[in-house]
Amino acid sequence: MIKVYTSTVLDSPAHVVWSIVRDFNALPKWTPFVADSRIEQNLPSDRIGCVRNFRTNDGGIIREQLLALSDYDFQCVYSILESPMGVENYIATLKLTPVTDGDKTFAEWSAEFDPPPGREQELADHVGQAVFQAAFTHLKQRLR
Amino acid sequence: MIKVTRSGIIDAPIAAVWDLLRDLNSHVDWHPAIDSSEIENGEPPDQVGCVRSFRLKDGNQLREQLLALSDRDFLSTYCILDATLPMRRYVATLQLKPVTDGNLTFWHWQSTFDVPKGRELEFDRTVGDGVYTAGFEGMRTWLRRGRRAGSRSAAAGTSGGRSHVGTPGAGAALQGQGIFVRRHGGAGEMALATVDAAAPGSGEVRIRQTAVGVNYIDVYVRSGLYPMIVPPAVPGVEAAGVVVDVGPGVAHLLPGDRVAYACLPPGSYCSVRTMAADQVVVLPEDVTEETAAAVMLKGMSAEYLLHRTTRVRPGDTVLVHGAAGGLGLMLCRWAAQLGARVIGTVSSDEKARLARESGCELPIVTGDYRFAGQVREATGGRGADVIFDGLGREAFQENIEAVAVCGHWVSYGQASGPMESVPLATLTAKSITLSRPVIFHYTASRTALQAIAANVFKALRSGAIRADIRHRYPLAAAAQAHRDLESRATTGQLVLLP
Repeated sequence: MIKVYTSTVLDSPAHVVWSIVRDFNALPKWTPFVADSRIEQNLPSDRIGCVRNFRTNDGGIIREQLLALSDYDFQCVYSILESPMGVENYIATLKLTPVTDGDKTFAEWSAEFDPPPGREQELADHVGQAVFQAAFTHLKQRLR
Repeated sequence: MIKVTRSGIIDAPIAAVWDLLRDLNSHVDWHPAIDSSEIENGEPPDQVGCVRSFRLKDGNQLREQLLALSDRDFLSTYCILDATLPMRRYVATLQLKPVTDGNLTFWHWQSTFDVPKGRELEFDRTVGDGVYTAGFEGMRTWLRRGRRAGSRSAAAGTSGGRSHVGTPGAGAALQGQGIFVRRHGGAGEMALATVDAAAPGSGEVRIRQTAVGVNYIDVYVRSGLYPMIVPPAVPGVEAAGVVVDVGPGVAHLLPGDRVAYACLPPGSYCSVRTMAADQVVVLPEDVTEETAAAVMLKGMSAEYLLHRTTRVRPGDTVLVHGAAGGLGLMLCRWAAQLGARVIGTVSSDEKARLARESGCELPIVTGDYRFAGQVREATGGRGADVIFDGLGREAFQENIEAVAVCGHWVSYGQASGPMESVPLATLTAKSITLSRPVIFHYTASRTALQAIAANVFKALRSGAIRADIRHRYPLAAAAQAHRDLESRATTGQLVLLP
């Protein structure tokens, strides 16, 4: 089991950031690497248990299931059902916390998963940098 | 039971912040409200169960006990045992988290407790702002001081009963030179004389100034159009320099800090100044004092106009009047970087070239405030989504014609004369939003000021704005600087060097 943790400070109030990221189907809107996304079986994107089925820019299909969503804690937990990464037991949490001093947002994105043997570092870097950090950087530009 | 929560970002790695916070007695070093503190019975300050007994500068005394400490979660929980304040069942937890994007620290501080009925809001502020938020600021200052001193242990011991090391106390006034407006009128009414900067009082800072910004508002203050000074008095609203000393209650500045400001009341045309500290910001290492003196007022104006009065978005069409002026060039460049399409008005071909270099796609050369036709033509008849208007009266009718339906007309100045009144029906005809903003309202709170200043420094780094100092004068030549500015012959920024 490896853990990945990425965090950043976003220059907007937490409720504003949350209004963008709480939509489980909105990855194409605020990340640079998702081409399109849909919620399977036409469920609402805030229905716990729903599955987002999205295609990355390089053509990979990923299916992720919403495990928990809290408008009270600004937190979203999901797992990967299928992906080209070949990871198992992947659970990720995206959480926002207001920064009262300056009315900004502290955003944390963490994941735990079992990688295939020998690919630990590669996948930790991929998830932490190419996915989480890249999405944060893109979101920052969008919020400007 | 009330719950108080505050959080802040500290510009230091989590290990450096935690190294202090895990020591229950360290607050006497970094927290500006603590007068003295010690751990009872000589216990180590990271011993769970240890008690810190301390006195606040306001005279209140407290005893607090460490309930939990985690080096794994960067977390400390403590409670009040006794206090001369009416707080009961107080339990507080502070926790740090790393900001991996930038190697900073997120600090979350939360408590629950009972207070007398009706005083909930008062205690939310006392504890939340006076203890927690002030603590963030105190920690930032302490870490800056440590960086300068080389190490923390150089500044204070590491355990036992420490007493607060205050700023060197009140001393004599410092003498320097300043430009005085003898009476309202022309540039010739300004003359050099000796100024005395008193030792800073409560909430004040004394600054040895190394660069002073010259702005058009100074001309209005000098002439008496803006009645902001009673001569004889020193004009000027912008400068940068180095902190000499600070008065009691100033947590965010230290002697030796390089600082800048742009604020009222006027009084910046001098070599040394004592003033309210809350409008003064610390400069990042990569921003020189001369640059800061040149861009604080205009840069912060561009920041609030583009991000607070309006929120310019990619694809917006923005019309900037006086596009080659100091503020105009910054608005053009920054708006273009935000993805807007920038149209401008200028008074000459040479200025059109300057504006174009700064991202203004279509500089309209006009000497008679006629521009609406060209704006509409360039936008397929739609007009501009946002107009930044420093012209005022003479451009009024053209602005109404040039703005798009549901557009935003921001009147931040009136170089051609004041607009007496704007009939509401004029706005209704296109659902126009009209703003009449003044920078000093946007920078009034310290939190907002710091955010705006930080964005200006970021914009300098990214090239969204530039210092373009083309005219430097000794302080004594302030009158010449005003003459040059009033002749409209200058481009770029003017600074005085005391």
